[in-house]
Amino acid sequence: MAELILTPNIDAPDDFYADLLAAHEGLSKTESDALNARLILVLANHIGDREALAQAITAASDQG
Amino acid sequence: MNKIFEIPLYAYERSPDQDAPAPVRHPVVVIGAGPIGLAAAIDLAQDDVPVVVLDDNDKVSFGSRAICFAKRPLEILDRLGCGHEMVEKGVKWDVGKVFFDTRKVFEFDLLPEEGHAFPAFINLQQYYFEEYLVNRVRELQDAGKPIEIRGKNKVEAIGTHDDHVKIEVATPEDSYTLEADWLIACDGAGSPTRRMLGLDFVGRVFEDNFLIADVVMEADFPTERWFWFDPPFNRGQSALLHKQPDGVWRIDLQLGWDIDPEEEKKPENVIPRLKAMLGEDVEFELEWVSIYTFQCRRMERFRHGRVIFAGDAAHQVSPFGARGANSGLQDTDNLVWKLKLVMDGTAPDALLESYDFERIQGADENILNSTRSTDFITPKSEMSRILRDAVLDLAEEHEFARPLVNSGRLSVPCTYDGSPLNTADALEDGPARTRPGAPCPDAPLGDDFLLPSLAGKFTLLTIDADAPDHFEESGIEVTRLALSVKDDKTLALKQRYLGVAPSAVYLIRPDQHVAARRESWNENIFRTAVRRATGQE
Ligand SMILES: Cc1cc2nc3c(=O)[nH]c(=O)nc-3n(C[C@H](O)[C@H](O)[C@H](O)COP(=O)(O)OP(=O)(O)OC[C@H]3O[C@@H](n4cnc5c(N)ncnc54)[C@H](O)[C@@H]3O)c2cc1C
Repeated sequence: MAELILTPNIDAPDDFYADLLAAHEGLSKTESDALNARLILVLANHIGDREALAQAITAASDQG
Repeated sequence: MNKIFEIPLYAYERSPDQDAPAPVRHPVVVIGAGPIGLAAAIDLAQDDVPVVVLDDNDKVSFGSRAICFAKRPLEILDRLGCGHEMVEKGVKWDVGKVFFDTRKVFEFDLLPEEGHAFPAFINLQQYYFEEYLVNRVRELQDAGKPIEIRGKNKVEAIGTHDDHVKIEVATPEDSYTLEADWLIACDGAGSPTRRMLGLDFVGRVFEDNFLIADVVMEADFPTERWFWFDPPFNRGQSALLHKQPDGVWRIDLQLGWDIDPEEEKKPENVIPRLKAMLGEDVEFELEWVSIYTFQCRRMERFRHGRVIFAGDAAHQVSPFGARGANSGLQDTDNLVWKLKLVMDGTAPDALLESYDFERIQGADENILNSTRSTDFITPKSEMSRILRDAVLDLAEEHEFARPLVNSGRLSVPCTYDGSPLNTADALEDGPARTRPGAPCPDAPLGDDFLLPSLAGKFTLLTIDADAPDHFEESGIEVTRLALSVKDDKTLALKQRYLGVAPSAVYLIRPDQHVAARRESWNENIFRTAVRRATGQE
């Protein structure tokens, strides 16, 4: 079982963040919500490991 | 022409019990001649246990109701002597299509595994299903078996005692009282027995309304399951189109919870909806229309002393996944061999407690699955709708998202993991699908199949292993079925029962579930396993 990575792991974080914002640019709230949902699913599939996904849901929920 | 569901198949006839000076005692009374009550009665009578079935009606199910029957119930019906009729009449299908709004998102093929006597699914109207069961009852009667169906016998009151049950029955002529050593309540979702005993449901209640229409049409839709999410002809809701025998098509239109059922059912409201779905120029005739409200819930316990609940009386699920009748047949499959052993004094009463354990596990699995389908089909919040739509959007282009699309997970039998009847798995690296608690998968056996030789008795299945041909333990007869992987060129037997193990010995229950397995025979271990599987350990 993979351990969820919660230390910095993204190459060029500023570039990634800019890409994320750019993807949402000009979208309505509805379109953005849909994009986010698709993105979550695409990323979740890439991770695949159920344990890591469960940890990710917990990590995200704890910040709410 | 009269429809089969309009003809009385077990018309009222006066029974001598009605004129007996004192209530007549029967070993087993079944309430309800629906699919589950009939299956229970056939199972008992086949083994010469006398059984009386009481039903307040005298006909098969009105309208088709259940249409989709899965492999495991067909295998059970085969043991009951009427599986093949169902398959011959039924429509077989493998392909499903999923639509979202106006687009086809993807299609799938069930790709059924080879080497099984029965198909993965058939579609068959419930009225045929029940008719074949009634035919089987008649066949047993002709063979002198002790089985009786009493039509227009309505159960009105039940009195429970330590060693029997009293049943008050109203008929078109008069009322009478019967007694039963054991009562099996298969009286459906609205179970009067449940109500009369003051028992209720636990668990999550979910409600939705569906317009169910069976239409007869000469249309060239293929034999496939078509499911729509949010189609233009039923905005915000779902729809299903599925083929049945005789040119009958099942159409399910989800209506939402806030509707007026009487209004929705009127032909002037139904027909425009169907035209919008099928196309303006498709000619069709309405065979049956109903508004169906479903719930997901079960009784806290299925066994209450001498009264045992099975089928819809014990549990209900949403229609997604075809788990109602399919799981009810697994209830009686589980119950009847146990009841027989308890009735003849071979096994202790405790064996019946395992019915509760195992079938509650089955019901919970079904409720979980159908609740998840419901949550996908009818999102409960804005965000769950957004996620659902995202899955459907992605599924069109990306294969990865397709397993997330949930338009109903089709019924598969429960593996009774953790059951008190199981002996711990001792076949190292054996296939998971045949671990203790699992229903035996079928496999080819020469020109025939494996399952019929495992039916209705305890079997010691040996594959390339030695063991006695026969032994008896605490009143239970066990007979050996000796096979070799060489018998099956398709290798299905090896894959399903050996995996990487060189040999195996399985103890198999009368309901074809695995009780114990290991690589080789060991007298002590298998004798203990027999006692455990019959509640004697
Ligand atoms: C629209 C629809 C679609 C469905 N699709 C499927 C499907 O595809 N696959 C599937 O497996 N299931 C499906 N189901 C569920 C399936 O129809 C039920 O699970 C099944 O009928 C349950 O059988 P039963 O014998 O427990 O109860 P029932 O069929 O309800 O039978 C109960 C019997 O008890 C009798 N009775 C009631 N009260 C009394 C009384 N007081 N005295 C004497 N007799 C009494 C009734 O007359 C009736 O004959 C569907 C249901 C519906 C409505």
